[in-house]
Amino acid sequence: MSKILLDIQDLRLSFFTPAGEVKALNDVSIRMNEGDVLGIVGESGSGKSVTAYSIMGLTAHPGRIIGGTIDFNGHRIDRMTEKEMRKIRGNEVSIIFQDPMTSLNPVYTIGDQIREVLFLHTNLDKKQAQHRATELLKLVGLNDPEKRLKQYPHELSGGMRQRVMIAIALACEPKLLIADEPTTALDVTIQAQIMELMIELKKKLNMSIIMITHDLGIVASMCRKIVVMYAGKVVEKGTVEEIFYNPKHEYTKGLLKSIPKLNATEREKLVPIPGTPVDMLNPPPGCPFAPRCEKCMKICIRSMPEFTQISDTHASACWLLQKEAAQALKGGNSIGK
Amino acid sequence: MGAYAIKRIASAAVTLFVVATLTFFLMFLVPGGPFLSEKATTPQTLKALEQKYGLDQPVGVQYVNYMKRIVMGDLGTSLKMRGQEVNDIIGQRFPVSARLGAIAVLIAIAVGIPLGSVAALNRGKWLDNIIMFIATTGIAVPSFVVATTLMFTFGVKLHILPTYGLSSPMHYVLPVMALAFYPTAYISRLMRSSMLDVLGQDYMRTARAKGISQFKSLFKHALRNAVLPVITYMGPMLAYILTGSFVVEKIFTIPGLGSQFISSITDRDYPLIMGTTIFLAFLLITMNVIVDIAYKIIDPRIKLK
Repeated sequence: MSKILLDIQDLRLSFFTPAGEVKALNDVSIRMNEGDVLGIVGESGSGKSVTAYSIMGLTAHPGRIIGGTIDFNGHRIDRMTEKEMRKIRGNEVSIIFQDPMTSLNPVYTIGDQIREVLFLHTNLDKKQAQHRATELLKLVGLNDPEKRLKQYPHELSGGMRQRVMIAIALACEPKLLIADEPTTALDVTIQAQIMELMIELKKKLNMSIIMITHDLGIVASMCRKIVVMYAGKVVEKGTVEEIFYNPKHEYTKGLLKSIPKLNATEREKLVPIPGTPVDMLNPPPGCPFAPRCEKCMKICIRSMPEFTQISDTHASACWLLQKEAAQALKGGNSIGK
Repeated sequence: MGAYAIKRIASAAVTLFVVATLTFFLMFLVPGGPFLSEKATTPQTLKALEQKYGLDQPVGVQYVNYMKRIVMGDLGTSLKMRGQEVNDIIGQRFPVSARLGAIAVLIAIAVGIPLGSVAALNRGKWLDNIIMFIATTGIAVPSFVVATTLMFTFGVKLHILPTYGLSSPMHYVLPVMALAFYPTAYISRLMRSSMLDVLGQDYMRTARAKGISQFKSLFKHALRNAVLPVITYMGPMLAYILTGSFVVEKIFTIPGLGSQFISSITDRDYPLIMGTTIFLAFLLITMNVIVDIAYKIIDPRIKLK
């Protein structure tokens, strides 16, 4: 068993808006080992990015962690001061954002922005930093690195800028890289290139990656483990195989049905999940997916189901599973093995 | 860069020509003349005076003569302050207004930018509300009210500051405050809104994710982006403030260009009106070029074309 790198336990986070408390995260528990590639999937507003930002202590105002613990690489993130957090950000954990077009400061050169993070966390002098910056640009596959260092963001394309963002994120060789939908804003061919680059870098640098996305294709090609989130809750977690071939939660099933398949016949239609996400200001007491769930039962509306452990790695929070388990017990058979 | 310079100089020449032409004809549309207020003018002396200054000729001829002279850099002789060249009058009075204006501008920048930034950082809190209240007042209250209030408070009531002339550094305090009030308020408001915009940008989040302290990210990453709208406003503001404010100069009895400009109009001192107008236009154009260049230095995305 490898070492646990990140352990989030029962994390609760709310945004205190004038309209009321928005419970963005409800008892989110995620655990990942060193060297893991974890995919967090879910639709917009499900809390994927908020979870990731909370690992970096970057919860935006008026958001606040109101419960639970975040243990990262021996640090209790939820208890650290801003000053202590700054030593970790960009150093032990870094992040790549969704939109490379706006994530770089337009008035500084690429070189300035890479060297900045080096000066912040290492003792390199100017010359060494310059050398390291060149090295990093080579690593992320940018040609003519010396020239690129002198250029401004607007002189580079979207794909190149995302490579620069990756270079900045990798500058201090972080233990954990968070990729927050890193390819959403890029066109498809560039997406593939960036994904390939990340897989290659993962192998080279042996770091852990959290991949936040709503693109299940990316998750399938890159991640070993998947966490499915819905309305600020983790609804299912498991390995890629478990999630893709044996989804247990109705939301995960719906999500998988809505992916276009190459071998589909012409008549076969994509099945969207009906309904809209829940109102986070007034979340229902039960399972948040209940209003959209085809197999919704009375109990689903009343209270939130516990996790049912399907295997060591696979767990899902759904009353249907609890019911199956109960029936199985009644019948005298044990589930699982 | 070379092409840019040529283009700017050419367009400046055209602008100056249009300004001069328009002012010239507008000036003659206004009834009255420079010698009407003279004591005991007989029709003969009036005629002789007009003949001397060429005012008896048709407007078209006068225009052509005038334009010929200003191309040579000669703005003519004042009709009211006999024997004084317009060039000399501007040369004497502009430095007075410019010195006062420059101090006011420096104060407006030094106070307005931090004030606006602080307001943006404390958005919605009491500090922001106080700053914005003062700034809105500064924009809404006309300069003569500001100037007289200052004069009354510090000069008449408290007796701590002199109220007229510019004979010592202390004399500068009140007129500079009166002059700086509006631009300070305006810059604070501009700075606040552009700072709010910048603080919400993705690259500010990137900066935080790198582990930069909030203070440093503000100075390094936010300020340079947020200051751009202020720079834009600075161009025309500099030109107007440096050439002097009529109101402030009148109230504090300062022999500057601003008060001279207004009295030249009431006097129908044609060459002086033309001279100061052209000078102001020239200054405006120059300041805009400087602003363009400053823009280019601060924001590399700007191309000078």
